[in-house]
Amino acid sequence: MKEHATKAAAFIQDEARTNWHDESLWFVRSKRDKAAHGIPEWEQLRELASQIKDHTLSHLDEYLEAFEAKAKENGVTVHWAADAAEHNRIVHSILQEHNARRIVKSKSMLTEECGLNEYLEEQDMEVIDTDLGERIIQLKEEPPSHIVMPAIHLKKEEVGELFHQKLQTKKGATDPQYLTEAARQHLRQSFLQADAAITGVNFAIAETGGVVVCTNEGNADMGTHLAPLQIHCMGIEKILPKAEHLGVFTRLLARSATGQPSTIFTSHHHKAKEGGAMHIVIVDNGRTTQLGRPDFRNSLKCIRCGACMNTCPIYRRSGGHSYDSTVPGPIGSILTPGIDLKKYSGLPFASTLCGSCSDVCPVKIDIHEQLYKWRQIIAEEGHLPTAKKQSMVMAGKVLSRPGWYKMAGKSARWVTRWLPRPLIYNPLNTWGKARELPEAPKESFQEWYRKNRSAS
Amino acid sequence: MSKAHILKAIQAAKPVPCPLPVVPVFEAETPPTREIFGSVAAQSGSRVVRAEDFVGLATAVRTIYPKDISIATPLRAIQSDIDLQQASPADLNGVDVAVIPAQLGVAENGAVWVTEADCVHRVLPFIAQHLVLVLPEDRIVRNMHEAYAQIKIDDTGFGVFIAGPSKTADIEQSLVIGAQGARSLTIILI
Ligand code: SF4
Repeated sequence: MKEHATKAAAFIQDEARTNWHDESLWFVRSKRDKAAHGIPEWEQLRELASQIKDHTLSHLDEYLEAFEAKAKENGVTVHWAADAAEHNRIVHSILQEHNARRIVKSKSMLTEECGLNEYLEEQDMEVIDTDLGERIIQLKEEPPSHIVMPAIHLKKEEVGELFHQKLQTKKGATDPQYLTEAARQHLRQSFLQADAAITGVNFAIAETGGVVVCTNEGNADMGTHLAPLQIHCMGIEKILPKAEHLGVFTRLLARSATGQPSTIFTSHHHKAKEGGAMHIVIVDNGRTTQLGRPDFRNSLKCIRCGACMNTCPIYRRSGGHSYDSTVPGPIGSILTPGIDLKKYSGLPFASTLCGSCSDVCPVKIDIHEQLYKWRQIIAEEGHLPTAKKQSMVMAGKVLSRPGWYKMAGKSARWVTRWLPRPLIYNPLNTWGKARELPEAPKESFQEWYRKNRSAS
Repeated sequence: MSKAHILKAIQAAKPVPCPLPVVPVFEAETPPTREIFGSVAAQSGSRVVRAEDFVGLATAVRTIYPKDISIATPLRAIQSDIDLQQASPADLNGVDVAVIPAQLGVAENGAVWVTEADCVHRVLPFIAQHLVLVLPEDRIVRNMHEAYAQIKIDDTGFGVFIAGPSKTADIEQSLVIGAQGARSLTIILI
């Protein structure tokens, strides 16, 4: 796999695009701030959400069993899948049982993680992603670049050209309203013809045995209520103990994700519609392993709001695809190394450790601290990405010797002040890329402190 | 098979028990008024009106949406152009306006709780081109905590909070109203 740094370097080649991407996400981050500041008890809600998740994870087996029992009482069939392969097999066999061939799917990072689309297509089934952003990237044959806004990396001109080719829209048309309308007409036919609908799950309630699905477009509902068969796929960590806990999480989710006071549709599914069938597939796929890692189990509290991506200076300027992982950004850089440390050893380094992610996370995951912990493990196990290796070895030596550290600081300050630009912003210095280094102060803090202390 | 396997793995991996916190009521200083509900809902693209300003519900619907359109509703006060009991879900694809009674409104986010029992067909509020929700004015609560305390989410097989017309911003973050569901949402307070 190409390292994140390599892919990020390719992304920032196009400076105008990088700036545009950066600003689009910062815009969403700003909306989030405004929404959060409108709630006086925001911090208290985050703390509650974090504690509810802690509690749930510490009783996860009991809650999952309670959930299953209740769902069965409601007439829902519950399946358990240890890994992605089993998940895909189960979904396929449910579809076969119902003679379903045309499937509409609403956004689900889990099915993305399991590679469900490809699997079903190999079995000669038709899968249509119905979230507009997901449909765009499906037509473009690309993976999503963001968990909430899958096509955030594409410009309207690119969507226009794609729709012109695939949906016969007018050549050169780029108006989002017009393009969305074209997708609406096209997707409506898919909904009406579908044999089955598959959705992800935002929350599953142990007390009632139901699942909650949040969308803005209404696509998950168009799918589940029209097709005779509905399948909901969920990771084991989606459980909440009681309906009352939804009060906390629904208040946090949309505000954190897009700055809306609520997602437009918060749908609670408990039983199949009359004459229909409802299945729930509960998936592990590495989650129990992550649960067993005390340093990283917090990552299972994630409600996939995307706020940590929108705020991350690295994500904003490197794009979701540079992570090469289903969940990109800060949280993805914790989750994905947990699945394959060697392959994804570069991801925990795709961060400045500025901590902005942890500050916005609605469930208070200590994201940047976990990234730091992964780095230590990666260094210990010898998986350091090559670019990092040499500078790290050097930094280690410098940091362990106070005299060297002072020297290095002095020369760096001299260097950034007096060296000609081409030497700082050259291809060997990755930190100079698409980024202005701040002007270095003339004196170090130590020097300043010594002078001022003696003066007072 | 995998069930036992997963549960065993969780038992081996889970942390020591953490307590479940008590969720307070979070009483907002301001009471949940119609005005607050209306202005928050408007920010999400909903239109909130009072039936009494239109001399009744039926007139309100007909005034807001032109007369020559097909209406589907389980409400007796309004003439339905389609027999909901007889129709199949797909038959509803041509419906212009669905008028559906709602249970509860939430002042902090403009969301309205609608259940399967209110819709007859679950798909009705989504498949219609336009949606009208009829909400008793005294059923507006402050926030989602109060809302979940007052409803039972499993009372019926399906229930949904609807907080505006269907929308998307998936193309360059430009807000477009009318993605896959209703193109407009009117909440009529009675
Ligand atoms: S880690 Fe936190 S901020 Fe990031 S997606 Fe998950 S819940 Fe949202």
